Amino acid sequence: MAARSSTRQRGRPRGKRIAGSVATLALASSLLAACGGDGGKPTLNWYVNPDGVDTFKTYAEECSTDQYDIAVQQLPSSATDQRTQLARRLAAEDSSTDLMNLDPVFVAEFANAGWLQKIPDELATEITDGGDYLQGAVDTVTWDDGVYAIPLWANTQVLWYRKSLAEAAGLDMSQPVTWEQVIEAASSQGGTVGVQANRYEAYVVWINAMMQGAGGAIVTDTEAGRDAKVELDSDAGREAASIIQKLADSEAAQADLTVSNEGTSLGQMFPEDGPGEFMVNWTFVYANYKGLIGAPGGPADEQEFEDLGWARYPATVEGEASKPPIGGIDIGLGAYSEHPEWALEAGQCITSTDAQVDLAVNDGLMPSTNSAYDEVAASGEFPEDLLDLYRTSVDEGGPRPKSPFYSQISSAVQSVWHSPTSVTPDSTPQESADFLTEVLAGRSLL
Amino acid sequence: MTHTTVAPDDKRDVRRANKVAASDRSKAENRLGMRLVAPAIFLMLLVTAFPMLRALYLSVFNYSLTAPDDREFVGLSNYWTALTDSLFWETTLNTVFIMVVTVAVELVIGFAFAMVMHRVIFARGIIRTSILIPYGIITVVSGFAWQFAFSNNNGFVNEWLPFVEDGFNWFGQYGSAMAAIMVSEIWKTTPFMSLLLLAGLAQVSEDMLEAAKVDGATWWQRLWKVILPNMRSAIMVAVLFRALDAYRIFDNIYVMTAGAQGTESISFLTYRQVIEQFQLGIGSALSVLLFLSVLLIAFLIVKIFRVDLAAARQEG
Repeated sequence: MAARSSTRQRGRPRGKRIAGSVATLALASSLLAACGGDGGKPTLNWYVNPDGVDTFKTYAEECSTDQYDIAVQQLPSSATDQRTQLARRLAAEDSSTDLMNLDPVFVAEFANAGWLQKIPDELATEITDGGDYLQGAVDTVTWDDGVYAIPLWANTQVLWYRKSLAEAAGLDMSQPVTWEQVIEAASSQGGTVGVQANRYEAYVVWINAMMQGAGGAIVTDTEAGRDAKVELDSDAGREAASIIQKLADSEAAQADLTVSNEGTSLGQMFPEDGPGEFMVNWTFVYANYKGLIGAPGGPADEQEFEDLGWARYPATVEGEASKPPIGGIDIGLGAYSEHPEWALEAGQCITSTDAQVDLAVNDGLMPSTNSAYDEVAASGEFPEDLLDLYRTSVDEGGPRPKSPFYSQISSAVQSVWHSPTSVTPDSTPQESADFLTEVLAGRSLL
Repeated sequence: MTHTTVAPDDKRDVRRANKVAASDRSKAENRLGMRLVAPAIFLMLLVTAFPMLRALYLSVFNYSLTAPDDREFVGLSNYWTALTDSLFWETTLNTVFIMVVTVAVELVIGFAFAMVMHRVIFARGIIRTSILIPYGIITVVSGFAWQFAFSNNNGFVNEWLPFVEDGFNWFGQYGSAMAAIMVSEIWKTTPFMSLLLLAGLAQVSEDMLEAAKVDGATWWQRLWKVILPNMRSAIMVAVLFRALDAYRIFDNIYVMTAGAQGTESISFLTYRQVIEQFQLGIGSALSVLLFLSVLLIAFLIVKIFRVDLAAARQEG
């Protein structure tokens, strides 16, 4: 009995062992295949955000060489999720993250954490001093005296408006306008002002742009990390707060002001009744309305589309130039990549002028260099004055604070400044400065 | 029968001999047992104890993942920050509120379901299975399903409830958002409660119920005087398991409100510190506090309700 059962027992593991070995071999060979690509050619992974994926795929193919292939890996659509996913890979020193699309506000924190390859001096100088890159885009890739990413496309906000509305209000749009003028003009004609004031990142974009427009900043000396200087409790902070208060109290405020985002105010430009709106928003707006001619939510016909006007981002203080917000995407190179040199080469290829022009023409994502702008202008896809406006806005715009603690800074500002209906210049700037100081020092929960 | 004839002295010897023999054998068995479970224990230590100790270690630093060079030893100050912060207490209160309400409702509904599963005489398999289905669904999926159900654009809840306006936004304010979260939680985990209670019901002897019936006890009296007292430990185990589970609520909140309108739970607060803001120090301190609260709740339930876990496992 015992002997029989032991024979049976011995027999079974052998079967299992063979099955196990086969499985291991299969697994090992598939892993090897994954590492080696076709015929041992390595694959560089390029993590992209979901805007313009088709163009990214085209360039992944075009920039692949005999030595390596580039594979596009798509990140989630929300910026927070993109950042979390990349950070978790890089914190674990993932060697398969070779190239990545980074929102400008992530560059400083990723670079500070040592997750990005520093761009070699020659290319870095070309980016910062070569004269081709627009200054606003350059500002997004520098950190601590180094360059840590290559600008791909640069986004910015401009003031979109109905020409008829501005004219009826007697507002001269050929000159720079201030927030106060815009709010008054809109409310005098029964129009509205569209902003992004939900409790999310774009609300900080707005606050930051208004503070910079008054010569201030949310924080300065960001290289000091937790000891950065919080500048919210300043004249610039009070200017920003009083504009928000003015809008919230005015008839020009849209009904969904407290939950407004980039999409909610689009519908107010060509409403069924009413004179339309002034709206600060990103560059996608032009293509959006162009595609909606005759459709619900868009202009009724070509003629109404012609009534869409654009101007530089409103000034916070009269006579002082505004600082339009900067967005876009920079290409970062993973610090733990097994092929850093190829990653750099691929990074240069996918940010080439051709790629930037294609992104602008196909996807409406505006370039970061003058040479690409020239080619986009030559293509005739966009009105020339609009392209000039974009180019100037990116060149003279202001980035959000570059800090390894940016996400805390942003969340702390949002938590005190939201809701916009509760903002007052007397208390909000000071309250948020105190709170942000406590948060940065680790003395308060966020 | 034989041992009754053994003389008192011999009896003691036999007992002693038995004891010695048993202890030798049990020692050997224990050793074998130790060896057999050693790999599992080692693995458990690796995957459970290590992260816990690591969290304990990280919690005494002011440490952000994005500023590794600025890591600074701060002792217990992260705990002090958490415990003196109103946000911590707000989320704790929220969590306790969710735990108390959901466990209470689940206990009542779960008990009714257990009675149905216990007493049902026709289509037993189908009825039992249909009661258990929600528990087989992943919490995130249940969260999404209920989010769509409560949606003011395409949900059915507003249409079905006569006292609710059609355009009512359930996730627009605290009370209704919490209600939606709790409904999803209750729907998903009531079957688990009823499964545990069914096991308790099965332990109640039919003889006792018969005896009570013969003595003229009404259905209500049988429930309160016979059934419930006899399944007390099963009820307490069910409450204990579900309370600990409910205290860690995360998925439904993440899916349905993402913490908006003040619906954050303590797990969600911890998640935000660690995963969203990369604040490993304070985040670890919060997870240690979360762990301690779970321990405290377990201790309180076991002590206050005098739960005998051994009895519940029928070891006593």
